[in-house]
Amino acid sequence: MKLSSLRLALLTALFAIVFSATGRPDDGGAITLRRQDLHAKLGYCTTCHGLSGQGYYGYFPIPRLAGQQPKYLENQLRAFIERRRTNPVMFNVAHSLSPSMVAGLAAHFRGLDPKPIGSGPRDRVATGRAIYQEGLPESNVPACSACHGQEAKGQDEIPRLAGQLFPYTVKELTNWSRERGQGGTKADTSAIMAPTAHNLTPSQIAAIAAYLSYLQ
Amino acid sequence: MKSISSKIVILATFLCAGDPLLASENIPIKNCTWCHGTSAQGFTTAPRLAGQRHQYITNQLLDFSRHTRDNPLSKQYMWAAAANLSPRAARDFAMYFSTLPPKTADDGDKNLVAEGKKIYDLGIPDSNIVSCLVCHGPNAEGVRQIPRLGGLAFSYLKKRLQQWGEGYHATAEPMPRIARTLSPNEIEALASYLSFIK
Repeated sequence: MKLSSLRLALLTALFAIVFSATGRPDDGGAITLRRQDLHAKLGYCTTCHGLSGQGYYGYFPIPRLAGQQPKYLENQLRAFIERRRTNPVMFNVAHSLSPSMVAGLAAHFRGLDPKPIGSGPRDRVATGRAIYQEGLPESNVPACSACHGQEAKGQDEIPRLAGQLFPYTVKELTNWSRERGQGGTKADTSAIMAPTAHNLTPSQIAAIAAYLSYLQ
Repeated sequence: MKSISSKIVILATFLCAGDPLLASENIPIKNCTWCHGTSAQGFTTAPRLAGQRHQYITNQLLDFSRHTRDNPLSKQYMWAAAANLSPRAARDFAMYFSTLPPKTADDGDKNLVAEGKKIYDLGIPDSNIVSCLVCHGPNAEGVRQIPRLGGLAFSYLKKRLQQWGEGYHATAEPMPRIARTLSPNEIEALASYLSFIK
């Protein structure tokens, strides 16, 4: 009797957590996302990431979020919170977001489609396109298109790359294992990219980043 | 003989003045330093120009001449000063001042420095206040058209942030949006912290 009531209590607690984590509208309104809160937070995000989520050249390159896969955005925000992805500013941003807020933000950015800022070196675009579409078999680099798609739009956990800021893509590929997959044994999908990122030379990275920076 | 030597002097003067590296001999720097200080370190209400990013200075001169930077003192002093500047002259002024070594104002409230640094580095996510560092740099040094803020005078920094909140210089996105989210205390803290950065 005692055990079963404990079990019931645990189950109730579990359900409460699950429901609050998904922010269902039928949870009595206590944690339902308020429109004005989402609006205020979107204003906060777009101050740095651009009014249309197109990205921004600050002192550091601030990535494009427009058209990004919601699952990827949610995963990255979680990675910042769990310190699997190193970024003090984004840790601070992410850890105060409720799950329903994250879902609301991700859905908003998913729906944006501004023109890419561009700005990668034009003379590297053709090389970048070739690596993106065919890979570099001799260096064990698979075609990027195999996972990220022919048009680099991504899918589910696999991010959209099209239109990403040139210096941001360069920075990410260059620092892959120093920035992502931190925190020891915690599972992190970024491990998939580690060997590929390592096998690319700086010049090849620049070419891929240049190609992606103009891709609509 | 005398006329030849005076011609040589005139010629030599022209050659020196023509050297693009000697901007101070090309452009009337004194028109600026009269208010901004002899070494352009700022003086009373006129901000320091020394060490400022040249793209930023050029953009501001453009904003003065277009009247989009419409803060009261800008209107009073800089609109006329920038009215007849050619793009070439604006760029020359900007290049000249950007190369002067900046001095730090050190005139904020020391007790607010820690709070200011925290806002500068990380922002306040719960109040939707963004980090300043991401754009202005870890040492508030600025980059390209984004201004250096480190070591500017407390009163100048404070007034700029206040006036964005009041609607002045509304074209300078994203700063008006950002300044509107800051409380008077947060503005004082930021301005204090920045005034001490070397």
